[in-house]
Amino acid sequence: MPRTVAFREALNEAMLEEMEKDDRIFLMGEEVGHYDGAYKVSKGLLKKFGERRVIDTPIAEGGFVGVGIGAAMVGLRPIIELMTWNFSFVAADQLINNAAKIRQMSGGQFTLPVVFRGPGGSAHMLAAQHSQSTEALWAHIPGLKVVMPANPKDAKGLLKSAIRDDNPIVFIEGEVLYADQGEIPDGEYTIPLGVAEVKRPGTDLTIIGWSKMVKIALATADALAAEGIEAEVVDPRTIRPLDEDLLVQSVAKTKRCLILEEGWPFNGVGAEIAYRIGRRCFDDLDAPVERLTGADMPMPYNHHLEQQCIPDVPRAVAAAKKLLYLE
Amino acid sequence: MAQILDMPQLSDTMKIGVLQKWRKNEGDKVSPGEVIAEVETDKAVMDFEAFDEGVLLKRLVADGASMPVGTPIAIIGKAGEDVAKLVEEAKARASGGAAKPAAPAPAPAKPAPAAAKPASAPAANGQATAPAPKPAPAPAPMPKRAAAPVVQATPAPPPAAASGGKVLASPLARRLATDLGIDLRGIQGTGPGGRIVERDVKAAQEGTSTDWHAAEEAPQTSAPRVSATAPLPAQIVPERRQEARPASTTAPAEDIVKPLSMMRRTIATRLIEAKTTIPHFYLTADVDMEAAMDFREQVAQVHGAKLSVNDLVLKACALALRRIPEANASFTEEAIIQHARVDIGMAVAIEDGLITPVIRDADKKTIGQIGTEAREMAGRARDRKLRPEEYTGATFSVSNLGMMGIRDFAAIINPPEGAILAVGTVRKEPVVKDGKIVVGQRMSITLSCDHRVIDGALGAKLLQAIVTILEKPISLAF
Repeated sequence: MPRTVAFREALNEAMLEEMEKDDRIFLMGEEVGHYDGAYKVSKGLLKKFGERRVIDTPIAEGGFVGVGIGAAMVGLRPIIELMTWNFSFVAADQLINNAAKIRQMSGGQFTLPVVFRGPGGSAHMLAAQHSQSTEALWAHIPGLKVVMPANPKDAKGLLKSAIRDDNPIVFIEGEVLYADQGEIPDGEYTIPLGVAEVKRPGTDLTIIGWSKMVKIALATADALAAEGIEAEVVDPRTIRPLDEDLLVQSVAKTKRCLILEEGWPFNGVGAEIAYRIGRRCFDDLDAPVERLTGADMPMPYNHHLEQQCIPDVPRAVAAAKKLLYLE
Repeated sequence: MAQILDMPQLSDTMKIGVLQKWRKNEGDKVSPGEVIAEVETDKAVMDFEAFDEGVLLKRLVADGASMPVGTPIAIIGKAGEDVAKLVEEAKARASGGAAKPAAPAPAPAKPAPAAAKPASAPAANGQATAPAPKPAPAPAPMPKRAAAPVVQATPAPPPAAASGGKVLASPLARRLATDLGIDLRGIQGTGPGGRIVERDVKAAQEGTSTDWHAAEEAPQTSAPRVSATAPLPAQIVPERRQEARPASTTAPAEDIVKPLSMMRRTIATRLIEAKTTIPHFYLTADVDMEAAMDFREQVAQVHGAKLSVNDLVLKACALALRRIPEANASFTEEAIIQHARVDIGMAVAIEDGLITPVIRDADKKTIGQIGTEAREMAGRARDRKLRPEEYTGATFSVSNLGMMGIRDFAAIINPPEGAILAVGTVRKEPVVKDGKIVVGQRMSITLSCDHRVIDGALGAKLLQAIVTILEKPISLAF
C-alpha cells in the first residue's frame, strides 16, 4: 500500500531509516536538534538518536561544513544541513576546494561520503539574498553530485541513495515543496542518482524541468493538453550526473525542447542541457531549444515583481507554442 | 510470394515520379523486361519494366498520381495470392510517407497512457478552458497547405530559396526532406523568416504523394490531387480557358490552372538557382552571315546535305571553345573546372517546357555529324524519349530563337555551365560594303557569361572567336 506523506516527512524517513541501519551517520546543522529543524525536516531525530548523532551547531557554516568534510575523511558519514543554500556561500571554500577535490587530490586515499542538504530556490518575498537557485554553481564543479527531487517519492529514494554514496552530494530541496503531499512506496526503496524520469509522456514537445519546475512543467502540459498539444515532461532528478540519454531520447521523439529553470539564465543548468540536446539531437530539432528561466537579476522583494521573475505556466505555454510555431 | 513494387528512381536527380500511364491491368501476366507503366521523371517519360515473372495483382496508385521515389505503387505475385496484408503494409508505408521507413523514434521510459488521459484535464492556474475535442497534434494554424503549390494561380511569394539561394529550414525539416526525397527549394516555409519547418515538409509531401482514396475511388483521374487534397477556390476552374480579360471589366476571372509537372518544377528550381546565384553579364555581337549562308548553300549543292544555321552555330561554338579553352569552364566553391571535353547543350522547346540534349565532343565531330545528331536528338526530346545521360553534363549551351524571328535576346546560364549563347534571326538589312550600301545578312548573338568563371575580356574573346569562325566558314568544314 503506497502511503501519502509530505515532502519533508519523506526526507525525514530517509534519514531515519538510514541512521537506524548505520551508526556512522550523523546529522549536524543549525537548529536540527532541539528545534526539530528550521523546516521540521529533522523532526524527532534528536529524541530518537540523541545528541551524539543529531548535533546543533552555532551559526558558522564555514565551520560545520568543514567538520562534516573532516568527519567523512576519517570514516563517518555525515549529513550536514544548511538552513538554506543561500547560506552556503560562506562555506564555499570548504565545498569547492575541499569537498569536491580531496578524493582526487589524495589519489583516492580519502573518500567523502557526506551529504550537504537544505532548501533552495525562491519561496515568497524573501528578497534577493534569500531567494537564490544555486544548482548551477554547484553543478559547475567537478567532484560534486547535485540532486534535486521534485516530489516526496523522489525525495526519499534519492536522499537514501545520496547518504549511501561515497562522494560529496549537494542535495537541494525546493523550499516551497516541503508541504507537498505525495504517494511513496511502502517499505525500503531507493532511487539511483543519475537517472531521469518521464513524469508525463507526450509526443509534441519535451519540457525539461527539475525540483519546483516539474510542477510548472506538469501544469503547462495540462494547459497545452486542453488545446490538443501533448507535452512530455522529463525530470532529470539529478543535475550531476545528468541522465543525458533519456533527455535526448525524449527530444529525438518530440523534436522540440523547452527547458524550465528557476535559476538565472547565464551559465545556467539549462544552458548546458540545451547544448547537449543541440549537439545530439541536431537533425531531430524542428526549432531551436527554448529556455524559460528566472529573470537575469537579483530577486525583487515586491510580490508582483517577484512573480515576474519566476517561470510560470502562462509563459511556459507561450514558449511551448513558439516551439511549435503556433504563435 | 507476392511483393510490393516501389516507384523507382530512374535518374540521379529524380526525387518524385508521376505514374503517367499503366500499361498492365490487374490480373495481367508480366515477365522480366516487360513495361508495366510509364513513369514521368523530372525530365523524361520512361518505361518502368518488370524485373520478375508474375501477375500484376494490385495497382496501388492511379494514372497520373505523383509520389516520392520509393512509394509503393503495385503488388506483383502469383495469380490468386491474397494481397490484403501487403496492401495494408503499402498503405502504412505510403501514409507514413517515408520512402524508406524512418528510424524508429525511441520510446519514453514509460508507456504513454494516452487513452487514459482526458483531453479535458483541468487546466493549470485556474485557466478554465473548456474541454476541447482533441485536434491533431501540433495543429497548423493555417489552412492545409498540402496542394497549394500545385494550384496557386497567382504568383506565389518567393520560396525560401530565393533569398540568395540559401534555404532556411529546421534541421528536422532538412532530414525529413532528404528521407522523403523532397526538394526544399520548392517549399514555402511558414516559420520565422520563412523557415521551412516540419509541417511544411509534411504538407509538401501530402501534396505530392499518393492519395489512396483518390486512387481507389477515382482511378482514371488525369489531374491528380488538385481536387483531392485542396478544394479549388470557386473562381478557379482547372483546364478552362479564360476569355481575354477586358481591361475595364471586373468580371470574375476564370484562370487556367495547370498542376505543375515535374518538368515545370525542375525548370523553376533550376532557373531560380541560376538567376539568383550566378552573376550574369551579357555580350552581344553582330555576325556578317553572308559567307556562312553561301557555305550552307554550297554544302547543299555539293553534298546534298541540308545544314541549319543552328548547326553552323553549334560547330562554331565548339571550335571557338577549343580555341579559348579557359571559357569552357565551370565554377565550383573550391575551384574553377576547365573542361577537357567540349560538350554542347542545345535548348529544344518541347511541350510544357524545354530540354537541352547534349552533343558530346562537338569539336571533334564534323558539321554533318553535328547536324544529324542534333536533329535526331531534338526529335527524341520532343517525344520525351531522351535518356538522362543524354541531357545532362554539357559544358556550354546554345539557345536559338532565330527561327521565330527574334532579333536578339539574352539566355539564362544552365548551371554548372559557364556560359550560354543566345542566337537571333538572320536578317537582311542595308550594310556598307566597299563604300556602298548593299543588302547584307546579319545575325545578332548574345553570350551570357558567369562572371565567376569568365571575365569580360575572356567572354569577348570567345564571342569574337565565334564571330570570326562564322564569318570565315571554311573552318566549319573540318
